[in-house]
Amino acid sequence: MSVGKCSLLVLGAGPGGYVCAIRAGQMGIDTVIVDEMAPGGTCLNVGCIPSKALIHAANEFHKITHASDQSALGIKAAAPTIDLGATVGWKDAIVRRLNGGVEGLFKKAGVRHIRGRGEVLDGKTVRVFRDGGEETIRTDALVLATGSAPAELPFLPFGGKVISSTEALSLAEPPTALAVVGGGYIGLELGTAYAKLGSRVTVIEAEQRILPQYDAALTRPVEQSLERLGVTVLTRTKALELSDKGLCVQHADDGPSDIDADRILVTTGRTPRIREAGIEGLALTLTQDGFIAVDDRCATSMRGVYAIGDITGDPMLAHKAMAQGELVAEVVAGRRSRWDRTCIPAVCFTDPEIVTCGLLPDEAAKQGFDVSVGQFPLAASGRAMTMEAASGFVRAVAERCTGRILGLQAVGRDISELSTAFAIAIEMGAVVDDIAGVIHAHPTLGEGLQEACFAIGGKTIHV
Amino acid sequence: MGVYTIVLPDVGEGIAEAELVEWNVAIGDTVREDDVLGTVMTDKAAVEVPSTVTGRVVWLAGQPGDTLAIGSKFIQLDVDGQGNDASAGDGVVSDEAAAAEPRTVAETVPAMPSDPSPPTARPDSSSPEPEESLQRTSVAQRKPLASPAVRRRAREAGVDLRQVTGSGPAGRIGQDDLDAFIAGAGRPRAGSGRPAAKGTTTRKVVGMRRRIAEKMALSKSRIPHITIVEEVDVTELEALRSGLNGRHAQKRGKLTVLPFIATALVRGIQSHPGMNAHFDDEAGEIEEHAAVHIGIATQTEAGLAVPVINHAEARNLWDLAAEIDRLATATRDGKATRDELTGSTITITSLGPLGAIATTPIINHPEVAIVGVNKMAMRPIWDGAAFRPRMMMNLSCSFDHRVIDGWDAAMFVRTLKTHLETPALLFLEADQ
Ligand SMILES: Cc1cc2nc3c(=O)[nH]c(=O)nc-3n(C[C@H](O)[C@H](O)[C@H](O)COP(=O)(O)OP(=O)(O)OC[C@H]3O[C@@H](n4cnc5c(N)ncnc54)[C@H](O)[C@@H]3O)c2cc1C
Repeated sequence: MSVGKCSLLVLGAGPGGYVCAIRAGQMGIDTVIVDEMAPGGTCLNVGCIPSKALIHAANEFHKITHASDQSALGIKAAAPTIDLGATVGWKDAIVRRLNGGVEGLFKKAGVRHIRGRGEVLDGKTVRVFRDGGEETIRTDALVLATGSAPAELPFLPFGGKVISSTEALSLAEPPTALAVVGGGYIGLELGTAYAKLGSRVTVIEAEQRILPQYDAALTRPVEQSLERLGVTVLTRTKALELSDKGLCVQHADDGPSDIDADRILVTTGRTPRIREAGIEGLALTLTQDGFIAVDDRCATSMRGVYAIGDITGDPMLAHKAMAQGELVAEVVAGRRSRWDRTCIPAVCFTDPEIVTCGLLPDEAAKQGFDVSVGQFPLAASGRAMTMEAASGFVRAVAERCTGRILGLQAVGRDISELSTAFAIAIEMGAVVDDIAGVIHAHPTLGEGLQEACFAIGGKTIHV
Repeated sequence: MGVYTIVLPDVGEGIAEAELVEWNVAIGDTVREDDVLGTVMTDKAAVEVPSTVTGRVVWLAGQPGDTLAIGSKFIQLDVDGQGNDASAGDGVVSDEAAAAEPRTVAETVPAMPSDPSPPTARPDSSSPEPEESLQRTSVAQRKPLASPAVRRRAREAGVDLRQVTGSGPAGRIGQDDLDAFIAGAGRPRAGSGRPAAKGTTTRKVVGMRRRIAEKMALSKSRIPHITIVEEVDVTELEALRSGLNGRHAQKRGKLTVLPFIATALVRGIQSHPGMNAHFDDEAGEIEEHAAVHIGIATQTEAGLAVPVINHAEARNLWDLAAEIDRLATATRDGKATRDELTGSTITITSLGPLGAIATTPIINHPEVAIVGVNKMAMRPIWDGAAFRPRMMMNLSCSFDHRVIDGWDAAMFVRTLKTHLETPALLFLEADQ
């Protein structure tokens, strides 16, 4: 057993951990990063990237299927078939290439990467178990970036028919009937993909609406699209237990009923990986929801111990983890960095996509802002029409007296690419006139952003 | 702890408002009683507003350039004890300050609750705000509006962006605003390191400062100055002064050195009347004045007020002392009238204890002479046999060299010196 030393040890090589390690390495900090999986974490291995790969494949398949019977474009195609095993193989190749990419970035930044399971012994010591032995590493600063894992429902434990998002990304063939428990973004993204791949999908959501964190206007186009895809959405409904046929559910007002399903995908939430890595032993202060509490430098209640990413709670998003990772590297390097971001964009890769940044209209109102809202329907967008994607809209929320942009939202096909414009506008402190005064390329979906700002002044051009 | 409110005093007769020229303190500063808090300007003079208490500044009434009403709240301080508000005793008074904050200094409102260590949040800022302030405080003001690059630079420079005024739309703080803050009022908090200062601040020269600037330029460009610096042994004068103060201070008030100098000046002018004159260079005329109206120029950072002792030639020492005192107070309180601030025939300028060893006073145009008083200090003086400790004070006197020759200037200065070194002469009628 060897004993190593370093200045910074990052436990977990997800988007939080790997960004932290690379940035630290670039700044000349003697950094070690430990992960039991290939680098990239949930995001790269079983999250963002694989799910987007699957969604893309499903979209392509769906497009051709569509062309085989009812394309308005004059395209005629024969009914396609899909070999999901080959699709998964393609996805895995992308993942491997990215794994290798992160590995290369570690090398370039002078970061030592150890593949193995880490266990925190104390705030300065981590033991790493790996093939061919174990190593104990003393570190000056410790960053906990162990992420999160799919949460299990006690009455529907993972195994057999019951799968988590991880398994859903590597199925050998599309299920005939798929029940998705949980109408959040992960369940809907995967459910939509499988619906497009030919599965009969039922979404079971306990709340009034799917995607309850968004407002009804934003989710309506998604609901309509799910309906067109033949997805059954059961709101105010709870999953009860497995049945012979599939899954037994209960609607809030009715008795139990049975749903046909050969796979049951549970996506009801994710729990922080605290216990497995011995982090529990540090007795860190936790938040009410059981995540690790951090301050605006991502410092935990224990000196020299930082936490980033999903382990620190909502929003559990890769780009939030990355931003925190970068921040902590700077803090450890002695820079005076602080978390002072105004907004974290969020994208839901359903069909159509939803993107939100900053405050929703009612959130802004609740915070005491006198808001004005401008909206531009994609039905009036030339670009959206040429993409056969005229459902959805772009919306701007601004403070009435100053014109300051408080929030930007959109729902529409491929609209996720606007997230960058949204985030830049808000983070830069733009006012409505700033955006209205920027030339937006035509024909693009991005013109909708300008039009939404025009709408606040009551002077849209194209509506 | 209580909050003490200082209102803007009446700075001039019949004046309802005054322009804020500058703050000498910033939020968070600790000030002592009599420290200058800020300077306001009437159309006559710049007036410093001193603190009447010791405390920590929590609220300021506005920014330089703002017009403030006489009697309105000028500054608020956290003080030991109760403060001066009626509501001070019941703990509501801090709300007063909190309520006042967003009105004019939006950037100083308490931090968002999500900020775990708001560096400038006052300890009592969590007390409930009165409804009035809630209405006025837009939530948008809670967090300063600035791009990430500006925020990063501010953080690294130790600047709290809530203290920076943004000039952009919706109050957005740009790099320029930050530059200005760092170069000017910006005072990084203690312990925050020493950032290299960058950038420049542009300030408009307005009001009093502008008038001073014009006057100085006029004097200096039109008048070829000759300055004579002379040592004066004021040991005896000081002995006399403290003797008189010891005996009469109770009844007649304390004498400073200034009335003695004014008396010496009157005596000097009696023998050198050409010094008490106005030179109208356009008309090519010199007006010699019979009356001696002495302007007392007191230089401050904000500007210069020159109250005038009329008919110094007709006043005795105590009379002069009383008049100097009255005018000083009136000027400080902004109550000096236009008449009291104009009409001097010769000027004394004094920097008090800051008065250096020598200065180069600038003549108060169209006068022809000015007497600068430097600070007193005990120095060893060779008396021919030994060094003796003597209380010394230099005079720096400037003259309009167009109409006063060096010789005459030197003679005049010698007369002043003689009178001050032999103070008994001050009390004789014309001695030469
Ligand atoms: C299906 C799915 C889709 C998603 N889509 C998106 C999306 O589109 N956009 C988005 O922003 N986010 C998405 N997310 C969320 C995103 O993946 C996470 O927010 C992000 O990965 C969190 O990063 P992290 O660094 O905190 O942790 P993780 O990515 O979870 O990484 C933690 C790492 O720590 C390692 N680890 C844990 N314990 C130990 C131990 N004891 N020893 C060694 N290593 C350990 C794990 O192996 C893992 O690699 C998605 C998630 C899922 C599941």
